[in-house]
Amino acid sequence: MNLKKRRRVGESIIHGFLILSSVISIFITVGIIFELGTESMLFFTRKQWERTNKEVVQNVELASTSFFVSESGATLRAGDLIRLRDEEMRVVEIQGGLLVVERGAEGTEPIFHSEGTAIEKATQVTLLEFFGKTEWNPQIGRFGIWALVNSTLMTSLIALVVALPIGLCVAIFLSEYASQRFRSILKPILEVLAGVPTVVYGYFALTFMTPLLQAILGKNVVGIYNTASAGIVIGILIIPLVSSMSEDALSAVPNALREAAYGLGATKFETALQVVVPAAFSGIAAAFIVATSRAIGETMIVAIAAGAGPNFTFNPFEAAETMTGHIVRISGGDLSYNSLDYNSIFAIGLLLFFMTLILNIISQKIVKKFREVYQ
Amino acid sequence: MSVTPDEALSVSPADAHEISAEAAKLSRRHFVGKVWQVIFASSTLVGIVALTTLLLNIVNSAFGYVAVENTVQPEHLAINGVPIERMPKEDLVAVLESHVSAGLMRRFENEIPWEERTREDVYNLVLERVVDPKPVAQWSLYESLFTVDAIRQEMVERYPEADLIFKSWVTPSFITSPQSSNAFNAGVRTAILGSLWTISIAIIFSFPIGVGAAIYLQEYAKDNLINRIITLNINNLAGVPSIIYGILGLALFVRLLGQVTSGAIFGYTDPMTANGRTILSAGLTLGLLILPLIIINAQEAIKAVPNSLRQASYGIGATRWQTIWHHVLPSALPGILTGTILAISRAIGETAPLVVVGASTFITFDPDGPFSKFTTLPVQIYQWTARPQDVFRNLAAGGIIVLLLMLLSMNAIAVLLRNRYSRRI
Amino acid sequence: MASLNPESSNGRYAIEAKDLNLYYGDFRAVKDTNMKFERNKITAIIGPSGCGKSTVLRAFNRMNELIPIYHATGEVIFNGTNIYNDDVDPVEVRRHIGMVFQKPNPFPKSIYENVAWGVRKVTNYKGKLDDIVEQSLRQAALWDEVKDILDQSGLALSGGQQQRLCIARTLAVKPNVVLMDEPASALDPIATLRIEELIQELKKDYTIIIVTHNMQQAARASDYTAFFNMDEDRAGFLVEYDRTTKMFTNPEKRLTEDYISGRFG
Repeated sequence: MNLKKRRRVGESIIHGFLILSSVISIFITVGIIFELGTESMLFFTRKQWERTNKEVVQNVELASTSFFVSESGATLRAGDLIRLRDEEMRVVEIQGGLLVVERGAEGTEPIFHSEGTAIEKATQVTLLEFFGKTEWNPQIGRFGIWALVNSTLMTSLIALVVALPIGLCVAIFLSEYASQRFRSILKPILEVLAGVPTVVYGYFALTFMTPLLQAILGKNVVGIYNTASAGIVIGILIIPLVSSMSEDALSAVPNALREAAYGLGATKFETALQVVVPAAFSGIAAAFIVATSRAIGETMIVAIAAGAGPNFTFNPFEAAETMTGHIVRISGGDLSYNSLDYNSIFAIGLLLFFMTLILNIISQKIVKKFREVYQ
Repeated sequence: MSVTPDEALSVSPADAHEISAEAAKLSRRHFVGKVWQVIFASSTLVGIVALTTLLLNIVNSAFGYVAVENTVQPEHLAINGVPIERMPKEDLVAVLESHVSAGLMRRFENEIPWEERTREDVYNLVLERVVDPKPVAQWSLYESLFTVDAIRQEMVERYPEADLIFKSWVTPSFITSPQSSNAFNAGVRTAILGSLWTISIAIIFSFPIGVGAAIYLQEYAKDNLINRIITLNINNLAGVPSIIYGILGLALFVRLLGQVTSGAIFGYTDPMTANGRTILSAGLTLGLLILPLIIINAQEAIKAVPNSLRQASYGIGATRWQTIWHHVLPSALPGILTGTILAISRAIGETAPLVVVGASTFITFDPDGPFSKFTTLPVQIYQWTARPQDVFRNLAAGGIIVLLLMLLSMNAIAVLLRNRYSRRI
Repeated sequence: MASLNPESSNGRYAIEAKDLNLYYGDFRAVKDTNMKFERNKITAIIGPSGCGKSTVLRAFNRMNELIPIYHATGEVIFNGTNIYNDDVDPVEVRRHIGMVFQKPNPFPKSIYENVAWGVRKVTNYKGKLDDIVEQSLRQAALWDEVKDILDQSGLALSGGQQQRLCIARTLAVKPNVVLMDEPASALDPIATLRIEELIQELKKDYTIIIVTHNMQQAARASDYTAFFNMDEDRAGFLVEYDRTTKMFTNPEKRLTEDYISGRFG
């Protein structure tokens, strides 16, 4: 008899594969953050050339490092990067109309420029502009994220107004009132509702919900594309999510609590609303947060029904493109990798990623706490 | 013991007042309870109503009357009084020749020479290219059923040249025809094949890895920091919006690994697909998307296997892998498969990541491998829905019905698999 | 049948525990245990619930290690080797020291496969599988009941039959020692009796250590009895260990007498 350890090569190989499999999930996360991060960096560092409406008012020789420019147009500052045709220059000093420059900046070749050559100025998207402005128009170099974030928040808010009360009521009904038989019918229906692809919901929003809103409020009030109809349909989409998570929380409340309330002479409704729901509060809160995250990340419904074109508006019946909708529209065309548009979807994506990630982490923390209390 | 009226009267007026006030309050409490019960119950109705409306809305668009106008009336094509229905092949070729460009004729000739074409084939070409029926107006199923007179009226007034036919947009030929710019000939064949290709690649990629990770986390992993991070991370990945996976796929598979996903390093040099926007990229992106779902579902299934089974196996000297492979996995298999099919259903319906990865807007040829350009059924539905012409909405409705039927059959397979495997023991 | 135990000439004791301490995390479940188990004898381990008797039993084939926070100090000598040495493979230990569990746990496979699987996977048995399946089922006194239904699921048997199937499964890989963790506690009295008779048969060929909470069972069925109790820190310790006849008639310790006469536990 030999009790010595045997080398089991097959088992070691399998063990290695299994470890690798589970580590891949880390790679995916790192990949997401790395890709979104580096491309977003490019978004914030990529030069764009903006016309200054200034021109040189003399010939600029190959060797000369100072020349006069027209007074009109945008102001230049020392340190600015400017471009005359293919040559880039760094502004060293400005004395009235005289520009002192460093020639051939950024590795470009100094060349001769004749009088009247237009001057372009390099600009970058700054974080201040990105988070501070409300206009998003890549054609003219406007990158204020609030135009997109605002409509994302609007559709999400409308969705939550629809889904939270209804979802919670469904959960209360299923957990406190419904018979076993009714539950066994209703739960599959909700599951089917949750399993319908979102593109189908998008179709539903455009061909049913929008005409419905138009019929109720008038065609001159409600546009063909609008955030209200997209939001309402997202709400319908996340009702099953809210109700199933909330119902789990309500069912986890021990029966002893209900019996205690009944023992004091409370009615069924009072027990449900004043004892069971507060006891399950954190579980329900987690459901609401996950639903919020889901609504923010929802794409196809808004891509189809909310409109194509950033629009900073608080009117839910106007078209306004959301963050997700914008990503889909921009990347759906023939996108050049070497463009600010391409970089911009990563910056939007990164913001979206962190918004949903933070919400998901919070909800997981809450659920964990909740479990510790009752299990 | 019954209370006599005298005894009841002996209650002091103050007490009596209090009792009646309490009774009134109780009935009010019951009333409030009833009202809320109705509210709770009707909320659940919202779900049922929403689902019904969703389906009715789709059916409403997928069937109905269509006004069809022929570009050339078939009567005008008759030669010597013989209508095209009864023409021989040679005459049909002549008809075709006199109505389409010489270039197009050469293309037909190059595809299949005229001698080898059947009469049926040429006849269809004449219908498609010369007669060329086009929908000019369409009505929903509801309108078609209940306002026939109004439709006929409108036909006479606005489309005197057109024929009125009742059309089902979901037909066998809808499923077997490729994409086309003419709504009458368009079908979802290319899209269905694209969906099947991408899903297959997603499964091949993520099933072994997902189940492997689940086995590691349930059966091998100790409770240490790294493994806790992995678990937390998987849960978070499951909550990342799908479009983020699309962006990752675009950067990783399309751009960074473009040489691989376009097949260039395997000597596959189709300039049409060399940019990496291929079935392979799409499939891998979907694979990443469903990986966390597969891991979580498989973990649950493995967790549900009773510990006594593992102990029995270890107790007679089996190794860890023998225990897992021969006892744990067979018991967990129905659960793993059900969870995987749920994940696949999710992937089949995904649209946004595939649009971002670069689904083609218009392809008419069947995908012929992982390096082919692609479109999928939900992407096709999206593109039809997004087109301004109403007629494409009908096509989209038809596509949705096909998609929902695909999902339904997936879930039926899941139920069958589960039943079969759980009976086997 | 002595050939089943090739090592039987090697000393009088099959297993010896030296200064064994067993921990779950920081909690010491069993302390300072020293005991020897004689070959081809039945040793019963008794004690109040929670005193660590199952933990001790599972320490003898390193079964406890499936619980991540478990660790042990001290030695368990089996076949001249400390099974807790670094170079010892727990898989090999379990292959030679078999175990029968509290609740019958047949594999969800056929009766035949339940017995044959271990033979095929963990031993180098070269003979006919059919023979060893029959031999093991006969040893477990189950053959006559199942010989016609070998391809039926093991889960279709009654509880007592399932437990005997589990014993047959353990015997089929030809261990030296069989550990039994309350093997009859989930069974009815008649099935219990059959298991006890079976254990008596098996001691001809195997060393058997059995944990039981049933004192009558220990008195009826065992040659030696070890009594465990727990101290004020809830750590189990060996109170007394002697021939069963002596333990139940004239125990050395007051504590043992109190427990056996039912004054606590």
